This record gives sequence, C-alpha cells and structure tokens, in this order.
Amino acid sequence: MTKDVSGVPRTVPQKPATFTDPVNAEIRRAAATGIYDIRGGGAKRKVPHFDDLLFLGASISRYPLEGYREKCETKVVLGTRFAKKPIELDIPITIAGMSFGSLSGPAKEALGRGASAAGTSTTTGDGGMTEEERGHSDKLVYQYLPSRYGMNPDDLRRCDAIEVVVGQGAKPGGGGMLLGQKISDRVAEMRNLPKGIDQRSACRHPDWTGPDDLEIKILELREITGWEKPIYIKVGGARPYFDTTLAVKAGADVVVLDGMQGGTAATQDVFIEHVGQPTLACIRPAVQALQDLGMHREVQLVVSGGIRSGADVAKVLALGADAVSIGTAAMVALGDNDPRWEAEYNELGTTAGAYDDWHEGQDPAGITTQDPNLMSRLDPIAGGRRLSNYLKVMTLEAQTIARACGKNHVHNLEPEDLCALTVEASAMSGVPLAGTSWVPGREGNY
Amino acid sequence: MQTIDMASTALREVNSTLQAQKADTNQKAWEIINPKGSHAVAVGLDGPIEVTVRGSTGYYCAGMNKQAHIHIVGSAGPGVAENMMSGTVIIDGDASQYAGATGHGGLLVIKGNASSRCGISMKGIDIVVHGNIGHMSAFMAQSGNLVVLGDAGDALGDSLYEARLFVRGTVKSLGADCIEKDMRPEHLDILKDLLERAGADAKPEEFKRYGSARKLYNFDVDNASAY
Repeated sequence: MTKDVSGVPRTVPQKPATFTDPVNAEIRRAAATGIYDIRGGGAKRKVPHFDDLLFLGASISRYPLEGYREKCETKVVLGTRFAKKPIELDIPITIAGMSFGSLSGPAKEALGRGASAAGTSTTTGDGGMTEEERGHSDKLVYQYLPSRYGMNPDDLRRCDAIEVVVGQGAKPGGGGMLLGQKISDRVAEMRNLPKGIDQRSACRHPDWTGPDDLEIKILELREITGWEKPIYIKVGGARPYFDTTLAVKAGADVVVLDGMQGGTAATQDVFIEHVGQPTLACIRPAVQALQDLGMHREVQLVVSGGIRSGADVAKVLALGADAVSIGTAAMVALGDNDPRWEAEYNELGTTAGAYDDWHEGQDPAGITTQDPNLMSRLDPIAGGRRLSNYLKVMTLEAQTIARACGKNHVHNLEPEDLCALTVEASAMSGVPLAGTSWVPGREGNY
Repeated sequence: MQTIDMASTALREVNSTLQAQKADTNQKAWEIINPKGSHAVAVGLDGPIEVTVRGSTGYYCAGMNKQAHIHIVGSAGPGVAENMMSGTVIIDGDASQYAGATGHGGLLVIKGNASSRCGISMKGIDIVVHGNIGHMSAFMAQSGNLVVLGDAGDALGDSLYEARLFVRGTVKSLGADCIEKDMRPEHLDILKDLLERAGADAKPEEFKRYGSARKLYNFDVDNASAY
C-alpha cells in the first residue's frame, strides 16, 4: 500500500490473474485482425513434466555401475513384431517427423547427417521424401499422412520404416496448413499444388476410418513393401490407453505417442494450448495397454513431446517406453531461436527463445524457411555435427543415470527407480510421491 | 495366360508374384480367380502386365499401381486404385468409397457406380465413372480429371484445387469453392480422349464442367463461413 501526496493510503494497482497482459493483448489482436493466432511449436503453458520426477539412485539394496568403466547398453530395436527388417538403432533417441516445406532442404539434410552420425533414425514429414534426407539418413522413417503429399510406392520401398500418422501431440484431431509464402516451386511440385496458395493438410486419412480399416490399410502397405518395413502408428496424446490398444490391434509394430508439448509447424494457438494431454500423463496408460495385451517390448513404444535432455530420456524409458523422439530440441540444436540472431528476431517483433512463427518462412536461423538467402545461413554439415553432439550428450546423460541406478542397459530402468515431486506428477506417472509410498488414484491409496 | 487361384494361394504369394514382373517380363497376361472379396489384391505392381481379376475384391485392390493394366470382372471395395501412379484399372461393376483416392496418374474406369468420396484428394489421376458417384466426391482434389456419365451426390468438389470435374447428369450440390465453369475447346478435347479410352458411349458436349473458384486458396477471415 502506498500513500498519495496528502499522505492518504491508496490501493496498489493490481492486474487480475485472469486477464493478464498477454491475455488482454491477444484479445486486442483478435479484435483488430479477426483471425485466431497461428504459430509453431508446442504448448507453452506449464504442465506437469519430467522435471517433476527424480531418480532415486543406488543405495544398499541397489548396486551402481562404475561410470565410464562398466558397460551400459543403449541399443534399441524397433519393429520386431512383424517386420522382416526391424530398425536397429545405437541410441534410444530418434528424430521426429518434420516436413520438407516447413523445413528447408539444408535443415532436412542436417537432421539426416546428425542422426546418422549418432546412429539413429530421422523421419520425413508432410510433403514427401527429399533426396537430401534420404541421401544423408542411414535410417529413414517415411511418414504416411492424410494429405499423401508426395506419397509414392518407390519411396515407400526405399525407406526403412513407415509411420502411419493418425495424430500429433500439438494438435490431436487437427490437420495442418502450410501458408502460401512458403510454397516455393520445389515445394509446390512435390505437393502437386499451385505455387503460393495455402496448402491444407487434412486431419483424417482419405481412405480409411477407424481401427478395422486401419488394419487393412497396414496390410496393404505391408503387401506393397514385402512385409520388410516396420509399421509405426503415431498418435497424439489424447486417449493413450485406448489408442495404444487399437494401434496394436490394427497391427502396429511400433506405437509413437506424442504429448501436447510436441511441436508443430503451424496450427492455431488455441489448439496447441487446449487440446491433448501432457506427455508425462500419456506414458503409463500406454505402457499399461501394452502390458494388458501382453505386448510390452514386443510392440515398441516411442514417446515424444518436450524431450530435452538425457534425464528426460531416462525418465521416459523408466516409465516403460523403448525410445524417445525429439523435434523441437533437434531444431534448437541446429540453431533455432539462437540469440545470435536477436536483432532480427526483434525486427520480427519477437525475441530469441520465443520465436514461433515458423509458418511465415522468415526464420532468421534459416531452418523453417524456403527463402534461399535465409536457408544459406544453415550449413548442413555444421548443423549435423551439432545435432550429433547433442544426441551423444543426451545418451551419455541417460547412461550416467542408468548406471547410478545399477542398470547395464537403459531399458532396465524401471518405475521403481523414480519418485515424484508433486501430487500431480505422481498421479500421472504412477510413481510414488517423494518421501512416501503414495500414488494418488491407485487402488488402496487415498 | 498365367492363372493364380486365391482359393489355394496366399495373398502374399499372389502379390509377390505379380510385383516381380518387371518391364522385360514375357509373362504379360495374368488371371486371378476366386478373390472372394480379399483385401489388397494386386497392390504395388510395377510392370507393364495385364491382370484380370475374376470376381469382386475387398479394400485397396490395385493400390499404388504403376504401369499395370488391371481389370476387375466384378465390383471393388473401398480405396480401389488408391494412390495409383500410372497404368489402367477397369472395374466392370461398382466401386465402394474412396475410389482412386490420392491417385497421382493413370486411368481408373468404373463401369458401374462409385460410392462417396470418389477421387478424394486426387493428384493427377483420371477417373471415368459410367454411372453415378456419391457425396463428397473430389474432396480437396488437386489435379487430374473426374468424368461422371451419371449423377453426382452432395458437396461435389468441396475445397477443390485444380482438378477438373465433368458431369453429364445432375449434381445434387456443389461443395465449398466449387463452381460450374465454361467448357472451352481444350476441355472438350480432354473429355473426348477420356471417354474414348474409357469405352464410354457419351458425347463431350453433353457434360458440364466444374472447378475451383479459387476463393479459398489463401485464408481470408471474411470467408470463414465457407469453411
């Protein structure tokens, strides 16, 4: 409380918690433009996440392994259920699907280079397969999306796995839009659409609906590719127990589960922030579904959405997943939102770390653009090296934690190695609240 | 003529045998008997061979076809010739939903009727339907030609891009951004060629042409009610 000049106490001006400055600014922006906000990235709101979990480490009842001396394996094999040629990865971290069109050709090349150097896979996106990423990716997952832009049987046969995309965490139930300013001649040709128009990516597949149809669609894909390729099914974090169950029923070799922190090239902010579940809340229901079906480890689970560090990787694996996938973090490793471009971010009305207008094609870092001048800022060789370094650091971090928990393979991490810092995280992850044996919602607990 | 009896031959063997026939094969003519509604019959072919399927098929017959000429002496289930790249697929009977979905090239001929979403998201394929087509056909169709000798159901060509639609009969309703357009000489030439290749007894002058008004190509809030 302050006083005015006459000494009378005055009420301190107080801004409401509901109508914050950003909320009011958005109301004014909507009133001025008549259109909702479209942006890239994933949820920016704070939700329970892996920071709310801790590892317990070794103690009298658990022997640790010697750091740097005793082996801690990180290899993972994806697609062991039906595929003649499962994918073998050196590390349990893959690169998530990001489209050419949304990303530049050099950016796709850099992702391929970095993933290959680290012994893992990268993934195409909406818009088809480019030579840059096929040529530079030792293992490439080809996304089968509702739009079917660029889809053809030759690329299906030269990929290493097929990912049928049903949904993504940033927008479960939503399609996409590549705005006209990013439709270069090359992008237009690959998508068989006129240059300069907004390109809608459908939210539903055009030729199947429901899990029974999906099973037949997968049969067709397997017949076209000789049953060689692992078939992934990617779902957004909506109903992870049932979606995982239905994906397995439909014949998936691998289930990819993407929580709401997972990024997108562009969609409505209201969609990103208000639809879907946090990644942390999705993992245990999906694992439970696999266990109930007797398919845990036979159908592999890949989790994405907000994975940033080896600690996050270790926590996801401890909760029962087989691998993780990164998208936003990989872009940051390439140079996205780097403060070195701060002046240019300022010119765009934003700041490094907050830039999310990936759909507008003006990315100062030269990653989410088709502008030749901006694109040239990303050296794919140097970018690939940065990504490879980052992937190796994440792997070392996960190994460090696994050894501290006495595990000779990162897959041996288990929920019993974890505790939760908050009641919410405990309920979502199914691990006890720190200092207790309490898991909210579990039978026998109150 | 090589004959494969699906009563005694597994689907995998049927497809792997047909897929193995490449450009220089001497075994050009194939016959499949007893398909009995099987799914994914003759998918992923990539050779200039002729395949006659005697009987009706399930989902995705002739999916992603390249080069092959596939003749279904019967009706076809959902997604026939989906994502076809080239070649020809002829169906003597009717076709279920999504016929020719996302097809990039080639010619799909349906001598009976086609159900809903015929030519959905087509990307260069030519489709000729001798009978009628169901609702939401040519939804988000990008390029290619859809020719219908009969009638079209609701919302024809909704959110259409650059595909050309030709209908001889009635159209129950047009979808968002789809309008009737002038039939110019070049369109009559396209129609004449397609009708001949599809064995259709109709004159190009009997058709109306529909296409995109191109008003929804770039988002405009003033068009929000159209979405």
